[in-house]
Amino acid sequence: MLELTNPLLLAVILINFYTLGSARLVACVRVVALQGALLALLPLLSHGFTFHAMVLAAEAFCFKGVVIPWLLLRAIHRVRIRREMEPIVGFVPTLILGVLTTVGAFLFADLLPLAPEHHDGMFVPTALATMFSGFLLLITRRKAITQILGYLMLENGIFIFAVLLSAAMPFMVEAGILLDLLVGVFVMGIVVNQISREFSTLNTERLTALKE
Amino acid sequence: MIIRLFLHLALLLLFAPLLQGVITRTKALFAGRVGAPLLQPYYDLARLWRKGFVFSRTTTWVFLAGPLVGLVVPLLASLLIPFGALPAPISFEGDLVLFVYLFALSRFFTVAAALDTGSSFEGMGAAREVTFSCLAEPTLLFALLVLARLSDGLSLGTLLGSHLLPAWHSDAGASLGLILVSLFLVLLVENSRIPFDDPNTHLELTMIHEVMILDHSGPALGMILYGAALKMMVMGALLVRLALPWQTGWWLSDALLFLAGLTGLAVLIGVIESIMARLRLPRVPQVLVGTMLLSIFALVLVLR
Repeated sequence: MLELTNPLLLAVILINFYTLGSARLVACVRVVALQGALLALLPLLSHGFTFHAMVLAAEAFCFKGVVIPWLLLRAIHRVRIRREMEPIVGFVPTLILGVLTTVGAFLFADLLPLAPEHHDGMFVPTALATMFSGFLLLITRRKAITQILGYLMLENGIFIFAVLLSAAMPFMVEAGILLDLLVGVFVMGIVVNQISREFSTLNTERLTALKE
Repeated sequence: MIIRLFLHLALLLLFAPLLQGVITRTKALFAGRVGAPLLQPYYDLARLWRKGFVFSRTTTWVFLAGPLVGLVVPLLASLLIPFGALPAPISFEGDLVLFVYLFALSRFFTVAAALDTGSSFEGMGAAREVTFSCLAEPTLLFALLVLARLSDGLSLGTLLGSHLLPAWHSDAGASLGLILVSLFLVLLVENSRIPFDDPNTHLELTMIHEVMILDHSGPALGMILYGAALKMMVMGALLVRLALPWQTGWWLSDALLFLAGLTGLAVLIGVIESIMARLRLPRVPQVLVGTMLLSIFALVLVLR
């Protein structure tokens, strides 16, 4: 089973790069949904078909692969935006930063005092790299929807870590994280609607200006 | 040794224009047309060769040097690279650097010939060509570095040797897949195919390579077209060997496997040209930087 996880994690990293370099919102939401669905296979591949792994996979697939992307696509459809215009940092620089942080994650993971069975695998570096990419997306984009995507990607990175520990991690913790995420996306969806109604745009920097 | 050299050159010289024919035919089939005969590139070359040279009075010897170097360089480069499992006739340590920079040499002379005409239009094409190729070059070098790391050698013969087949099945398979994709994109850029450049267009805004050769005619144009076909086959040889690393042991079946791989590559290019639109000019450097980053990432994966 282990030889399938490496291509899977590689696909996850490539999806990170694509999301950092692309301006099309719908395509970005779709690939992040694909990333979530791919990650749902991860517990099955690394722990076999146990009850715990299957529940973890099913809930990851439902939330990360279906429900949250569907909410985002609906929000995009409703506020009628197609592309991320004028990001704070350009697409090519973000992509370069993304690759640099990914390379850094690979180098850094070798230095970490991990359990010996995790030392050579791609799990820890991929988890770190996905979290960094999510951070980058959160920092560099102006549109609220792309920032939600960054948040989602951040959670995907945490999920990869969680799969490593899933034997030790209680099921309730993972469920709690997902519930948090879902609530976060709901709140942000309401905020998105509110921003677009108030300012007829989705740029979040308008929110920092005070008004009497 | 001599027989191997002749076999290498015969394969290259005879088969190269057919690839262009296969691409045109695939595009025609996708568009629902019958299309030109597969051997049309050969007829075109013969027709161009029968015509006379026409030189503008403003040009100098540089104008003719462009096509000549463009024809000779792929021939030289082909001697360094193995065709499938057939070993390269000339091989020495570090020939991969020569391989990369031979193409830079031919590009320099093509650009110089374009500038020699004194037309601002050709200058524009030259500027675009140089910009895109300087972004494509690091990708090629990083990809070769990945292969060098995997094979512990520095000659193209070792790089593309028999270690490739076990490497695909090991952990390095992911890196090989990444550099296969980036090398394919480099092939599309270097041979000015869609989505980077459209070989059929004659529109000022979109032309890159075509615009540089507008003033060449007759045998000089023939040399450029033949050189472009040879260049595509030489760069294709790198990809085909990487994708089909099998070795049969008998030279004829090795050669047939190689030619089948090249034909498959040509069909793939034709399919891509049929289903994709040309990229906007500002998007091209972005995609090229992306492929460069992919190959750097592949290198990091094999280095750790």
